[in-house]
Amino acid sequence: MFFTYLRRELAGRRRQTAIIAAGMALAIALVMIVNAVSTGVRDAQAAVLESVYGVGTDLTVAQEPAPPGEGEGGPRFEFDAGAGTTTDGSTEISQSRLMAGFGSTTFEDDALATVEALDDVAAAAATLSLTNTTFNGELPEFRQGSDSTAPTEGEQPVAPPEGGFDGAGGSAFDVDSFTVLGLDPAADAVGPLSAVALDEGRGLEASDTGDAVAVLDATYATSAELAVGDTIDVGGTEFEVVGTVTSTSADTETAANVYIPLDLAQSISGEEGMISSIAVQATSADRIDALQADLEEALPDATVSTQAGLAASVSGSLASASSLISNLGLWVSLAVLVAAFLIAILLTIQGVTRRTREFGTLKAIGWSNRRIVGQVTGESIVQGLIGGAAGLVLGLAGIWVVNLIAPTIGGATATDVVAGGPGGRQLAIPGGPGGGFADAASASAGSAEVVLNAPVTIGVIAIAIGLAVLGGLVAGSFGGWRAARLRPAEALRSNA
Amino acid sequence: MYTLENVSKAYTRSTRKIAALKNVSLTIGAGQLVAIQGPTGGGKSTLLQMLGALDRPTSGRVALGDAELSHLPDSRLAGIRAKEIGFVFQGFNLIPTLSAQENVETALEPLDVPGDERRRRALAALESVGLGDRAAHVPSELSGGQQQRVAIARALVKEPDVLLADEPTGNLDEETRDEIIDLLEGLWRDRGLTLVIVTHDSAVARRAERRLHIKHGTVTER
Repeated sequence: MFFTYLRRELAGRRRQTAIIAAGMALAIALVMIVNAVSTGVRDAQAAVLESVYGVGTDLTVAQEPAPPGEGEGGPRFEFDAGAGTTTDGSTEISQSRLMAGFGSTTFEDDALATVEALDDVAAAAATLSLTNTTFNGELPEFRQGSDSTAPTEGEQPVAPPEGGFDGAGGSAFDVDSFTVLGLDPAADAVGPLSAVALDEGRGLEASDTGDAVAVLDATYATSAELAVGDTIDVGGTEFEVVGTVTSTSADTETAANVYIPLDLAQSISGEEGMISSIAVQATSADRIDALQADLEEALPDATVSTQAGLAASVSGSLASASSLISNLGLWVSLAVLVAAFLIAILLTIQGVTRRTREFGTLKAIGWSNRRIVGQVTGESIVQGLIGGAAGLVLGLAGIWVVNLIAPTIGGATATDVVAGGPGGRQLAIPGGPGGGFADAASASAGSAEVVLNAPVTIGVIAIAIGLAVLGGLVAGSFGGWRAARLRPAEALRSNA
Repeated sequence: MYTLENVSKAYTRSTRKIAALKNVSLTIGAGQLVAIQGPTGGGKSTLLQMLGALDRPTSGRVALGDAELSHLPDSRLAGIRAKEIGFVFQGFNLIPTLSAQENVETALEPLDVPGDERRRRALAALESVGLGDRAAHVPSELSGGQQQRVAIARALVKEPDVLLADEPTGNLDEETRDEIIDLLEGLWRDRGLTLVIVTHDSAVARRAERRLHIKHGTVTER
């Protein structure tokens, strides 16, 4: 009887059923799409983060970058008088410097032992984030010791400048830089290299400690025209390239351009016994907060960040998308959802009011309030489920369109470990009057382009069904409450 | 069967207090056919609602057998209405979206009668009022007289002790009125029901073995 009555009522009130179902469908579809896109943005953030911090990193320990003091800043290159090689009136000079990355602060590596000694730490790995800058220049040969007095009458004037890159006394400089990450070759459970896939050759191994071997990001290796077996100058030391790696996350680069053993990174850069970051994996997800507190207590000067905190460090259009989703998208879908619920409630109450005499009759023939409330609620839930089914289809279609468009969003990290891209800067200072700068190439800013994929998860489908049932229950409860309040004698007198 | 002692019922309309029943005392024996007459607004329907356990008196006592209708909670009153009291209304009060048979079945729903038995009994009730061939029709496909027959079948399908009819012929033409009254009278005789009919129509009231007149909330025997 319940289902017969329910079916006949819904079929007899198609317009109301259609309006309620359409409102619910729209709201549910919006919530589904926002949820799926939100999940996609989170995945993209995770992809960017994993490429930098590695899979399974729950926390990172670093230190707040100190504001640069006087005299500090970029690398300084110093050349003595005999530096370089001179041919045809031009002197070519070259120098490579390895130093801590910009904005990065290093700290004593005994912090790693402190971290590893804590309970709840499953794995920990220290890294030293560095930037290698190579200065190449071509200068004219300086005429040391020449007569500095002005030419007297009858003397020939000083010959015009010669040599240099333009043959007229000009100078040209190339400044190339790439990021270098020093890490413990034996620690591969956590840290940047846990999120990479081997492209060619091999990765760093425990036996590489102390050896001048390097693993390159595959993208950087291609742009720098380097391959396994070649050598790369890092801070004036030739490293053998033993392998190349790519990010396991599509479309993102790995954490650095070049990976070398930590001990060599420390000694070459002059950062003996120093590190810039520790990646920490907790024993379980529910211990992360407790571990964060322990770490902050054990290392009071350090900055301890969780993955949630790290997500905030992702900037660029990825951050904008995240912000858009979490603000505008969430509120719009919530507003539509509330509106749909209100429409369903109002139409259900209106329906009950219109059926006052009907419910009065049912009460007169012995129907209990519970049975009548159940009937009204059942009708509302089915209306909600019809809306839910339509919303599911609409939502899946919307998600399909998002995936079809596959918007690309960019993300960058603003932390001490910077994913650097290949690049360089060439400054040319022509000789002769005028002079000036010509920017030949721009530096890459350590970013990752991620294709946004809105996944259809069980959670998204559960949200659709849950909201449909909830909407029906809420509207049915209000309608049922209205029906239950009807006094049978008054309801029978009603003209409705 | 029914015992009413000093039953009063007052309503408040806006700020005005209306006394629908004033100290009504009467008894109705089991198996009686009672007609209640009186002018509009005299208290006929209010009295029927007291008898049908649809409302409680402001003061006084209403009892159906051992059941004190004036003091029982709503849930118990609903149970008594489901088992013991059948209603027939002037406007038929059928559910427009349900077929004739399904309308009759609604009376068995609160008694938790299994589906097969419910359908069988509903069809039998329709046949007993001469509408076996209209079981699948919705009310809008039936005439006024047929709709009232469906309503009577709905009232009788649960085999109640009491049948309360509020102006059952009020919306019918003279010929159909006689058919419905014949039907009700026949069912009363055959089933030994207590039948209480509220009516304006003296022709209907004359068929009753007992006639009550109610005016300004006061009941008198005719």
